[in-house]
Amino acid sequence: MSGALSTPQPGQGALTLAVPRGALFEETLDRLDALGIATAEVRDNPRRLLFSGPDLGAGVERIVTMRPSDVPTYVEHGAADLGVTGKDVLLESPSREVYELLDLGYGGCRMVVAARAGDDALEESLRRLGVARVATKYPGIATRHFAATGRQAEIVEVKGSVELAPLTGLVDAIVDLTATGRTLVENGLEVREEIVGSTARLIANPVSHKLKAAAIDGLVTGLRELGR
Amino acid sequence: MIHPLPPGTRDVLPTEMRELRALSDRLRASFEGAGYGEVWTPLVEYEETLRRGDDRAARAGVYRMFDDRGRVLVLRSDMTVSIARLVATRYGGVQPPVRLGYFAHSYRAVERGRGQAREFLQGGVELIGPAAAEGDAEVVSLVLAALEEAGLRRHRIGVGDGSLVRGLLAELEVPEDRRGKLLEHLSRRDLVALAVDAEELGLSPGARDLLVAIPTLRGGPEVLDRAEGPVARSAEGLRALHELLAESGAAQRTIFDLGLVRELGYYTGAVFEVYDPAVGFALGGGGRYDELLGRFGTPLPACGIALDIQRVHAAQAAEERLG
Repeated sequence: MSGALSTPQPGQGALTLAVPRGALFEETLDRLDALGIATAEVRDNPRRLLFSGPDLGAGVERIVTMRPSDVPTYVEHGAADLGVTGKDVLLESPSREVYELLDLGYGGCRMVVAARAGDDALEESLRRLGVARVATKYPGIATRHFAATGRQAEIVEVKGSVELAPLTGLVDAIVDLTATGRTLVENGLEVREEIVGSTARLIANPVSHKLKAAAIDGLVTGLRELGR
Repeated sequence: MIHPLPPGTRDVLPTEMRELRALSDRLRASFEGAGYGEVWTPLVEYEETLRRGDDRAARAGVYRMFDDRGRVLVLRSDMTVSIARLVATRYGGVQPPVRLGYFAHSYRAVERGRGQAREFLQGGVELIGPAAAEGDAEVVSLVLAALEEAGLRRHRIGVGDGSLVRGLLAELEVPEDRRGKLLEHLSRRDLVALAVDAEELGLSPGARDLLVAIPTLRGGPEVLDRAEGPVARSAEGLRALHELLAESGAAQRTIFDLGLVRELGYYTGAVFEVYDPAVGFALGGGGRYDELLGRFGTPLPACGIALDIQRVHAAQAAEERLG
């Protein structure tokens, strides 16, 4: 064995935080404000993606903004130490190696199977063709839901407004996220099955969770208190 | 013309190759200097060998093939099982301790679009013979010192007890059919699902709080003081290890992590994971596997650590950039 080890360097506590733009954006920034983290710049610059300062507050050194579905990717690779994203995103790619630290409680919505109101295309296809065609932005969740309920489904992945797919006859049903259900109703669709509920979650990179334990625990405690 | 490679594999060109060789040579010199002689084992083993060593590893993401006589072969997915086979077969009558090192590629299936390696180079050591704290401390100190020799300055090692979580669930009399899910939540550190499931178990408030807190108990030796009741025995073992690590100066790089659960099924005692702030994934890991050699007919305690050379290289490069 070789000699004495050098003294570890300090300054490994400053955090990079991934904040999702979109539905969870405002409420996430509100929570950060309440913890004393400076978010004014983030709010005022909708096109900028990276915000940094020597200390934005509560041990946060950098805030990066992105689509919610990209948050687990940045966190898994350690490009961000912590991130906020929806449970729906985490369920869609369950093999991502991130720690789920906290249910933040806001951003509530449901993953549902929806089909045209007053129409039995879904049941008809299953009965006569043996397989349902289902459009979704969440192929992982949709595939697992139909497999788990013993039905065969052809999953059609779409990127844009998934509500269009059953209206044009592309598919029999959709699997999608809904908060109020209004978009579904406006397009003549109705909820047939609830798959799972979703809220915003705080996730962490596994290495950061150990190397920056004190800073992360401080933030988790603060966010938990706010949720009460 | 561009000819594709299978996902998760790569070519190495001279600049990188020189650096990888230099890194491996430095680590090898550290290992050899501590008496760990380098061995080489075949890239392919019988599936039966892997299965004997670790039934779970035999199931997950292992490449299989048939040989010319129809026997099932596997590409090795880590070196520890091969070393256990080698020790049982070739060191049968030798007086322990046996100290071995290796630098070799292993293979695991990967998911698409994740940037994971299907072929990865591991460098590691295995110490066969010495029991718990003494052997663990030797291996941990050696790997930390070897990484420092290789130019890393900010690396750390996470140390936990691989039997803690299972022991705790047994102690709390959690029904068998509920344990699998809880273990998964604990190893993935899904604290949200863990809290929900722990609530449903109908445990005493103290027991429930302990179960939920385990994955967050990480840090210096003071963490061990918070390991009470059913996990006090694990903390006892880790405290003994801490004393030995303090002697070698390795303690200041050690993070005790009571929630550390390694995926492989053969770990029986201490488990390790190596970190560096420049890399988002663990640089390597290992642990104590006191029952593995027994499965090959040579019951001897043993432990080891393997480093992912490419990730260590990334940490080394980041360190050089910092100057």
